[in-house]
Amino acid sequence: MKKLTRDEMAKRVAQDIPEGAYVNLGIGVPTLVANHLAADKEIFLHSENGLLGMGPAPAPGAEDDELINAGKQHVTLLTGGAYFHHADSFAMMRGGHLDFCVLGAFQVSAKGDLANWHTGAPDAIPAVGGAMDLAIGAKQVFVMMEHLTKQGESKIAAECTYPVTGVACVDRIYTDLAMIDVTADGLVVREIFSDIDFDALHKLTGVPLIDGTQDARAA
Amino acid sequence: MINKIFESLQAAVADVQDGATVMIGGFGTAGMPSELIDALIEQGARELTIVNNNAGNGDIGLAALLKAKRVRKIICSFPRQSDSYVFDALYRAGEIELELVPQGNLAERIRAAGAGIGGFFTPTGYGTKLAEGKETRLIDGKHYVLESPLHADFALIKAFKGDRWGNLVYRKTARNFGPIMASAAKTAIVQVSRVVPLGELDPEQIVTPGIFVQRVIEVPQATHQAELAAATTA
Repeated sequence: MKKLTRDEMAKRVAQDIPEGAYVNLGIGVPTLVANHLAADKEIFLHSENGLLGMGPAPAPGAEDDELINAGKQHVTLLTGGAYFHHADSFAMMRGGHLDFCVLGAFQVSAKGDLANWHTGAPDAIPAVGGAMDLAIGAKQVFVMMEHLTKQGESKIAAECTYPVTGVACVDRIYTDLAMIDVTADGLVVREIFSDIDFDALHKLTGVPLIDGTQDARAA
Repeated sequence: MINKIFESLQAAVADVQDGATVMIGGFGTAGMPSELIDALIEQGARELTIVNNNAGNGDIGLAALLKAKRVRKIICSFPRQSDSYVFDALYRAGEIELELVPQGNLAERIRAAGAGIGGFFTPTGYGTKLAEGKETRLIDGKHYVLESPLHADFALIKAFKGDRWGNLVYRKTARNFGPIMASAAKTAIVQVSRVVPLGELDPEQIVTPGIFVQRVIEVPQATHQAELAAATTA
């Protein structure tokens, strides 16, 4: 079964981010999206720790320990970027000013509940960061994740079995197999990236899916 | 004449009492007031409640305070890091209490305290484990959770430049919680890389007006020296 690589997923997500968008990329796999944003599109990357206009990693030797992203990695600031404090940063997130956020996930439910902050393991040390704020604040929440766990179970579930990050907050799911919109009518498959057909994808996923792959107007 | 400049780190933290709630600025190591924390460790106050975004990295700064067993409780959003082994060990041994707060709630609770707000409704965390037991309200078709302000006795903050009236500017992503913690704490103690003469900070550029600041100590940072030498204004 053909599957997109993480970079290919990131490239596909980047295609759906228009010029002028204010975007927060969650730590981990979503940060790869930054590598695929078109060089000729001005897109504003927000980082929860207080910067807008985040640029790529600095050249070796040019790192500034006071210029980091949410994942504590060194970054740069684009010309026109700005710094601000934490209350302002989260006002941008919670107040609906971000057009998109891209998040990883353990699970997404059929109703768009997101689980991505806690594995549910009883002895896990809990940590949440800005995940819950992002999940409920961005105008569009994109999830980027593998379609199946290593054990072959669907990460799209009827209900989340992992502790929830946000309720009914996900708008679109990009996996290594397909792109699926969360709608009032249910989960609508818009594109299949893999070499399987809709019925095979439906069976793999194990929750009701609507075939939207033939619609002339894709999202 | 008003002069908020303290001559030593020791004098600045001398009155932190056992059991105090101390906010510490910083996001990871960016903006972490390491020298003030070292002075606090030397001063010996214990049974502290610490408010920070994280719970320490490696062995220095906040991690050193935890390692010295001075902290009873930590209120933070992301304790677990690749190098948070000091916190991890204390937590697993049941030797430190953790109040986990979503980062935006942490920021807004701190801001609210400094702004005199008694409580606020936020959509963050609704329907999750972290909202269990909390009052909720449906407002205009959206669900919210009632959160309370977070006050502190002291705040330890790192800024870039400050003057004798306590006005502050910060540097890049080292700003983070600094401005809001300064307002939320009864006593805000700030280490700056350079104390500048009154008037050198452009009034249009001051990020934390001195009303929120009680103590300023100059602690030069080697990584800032070239930049400070080159600039003549804020």
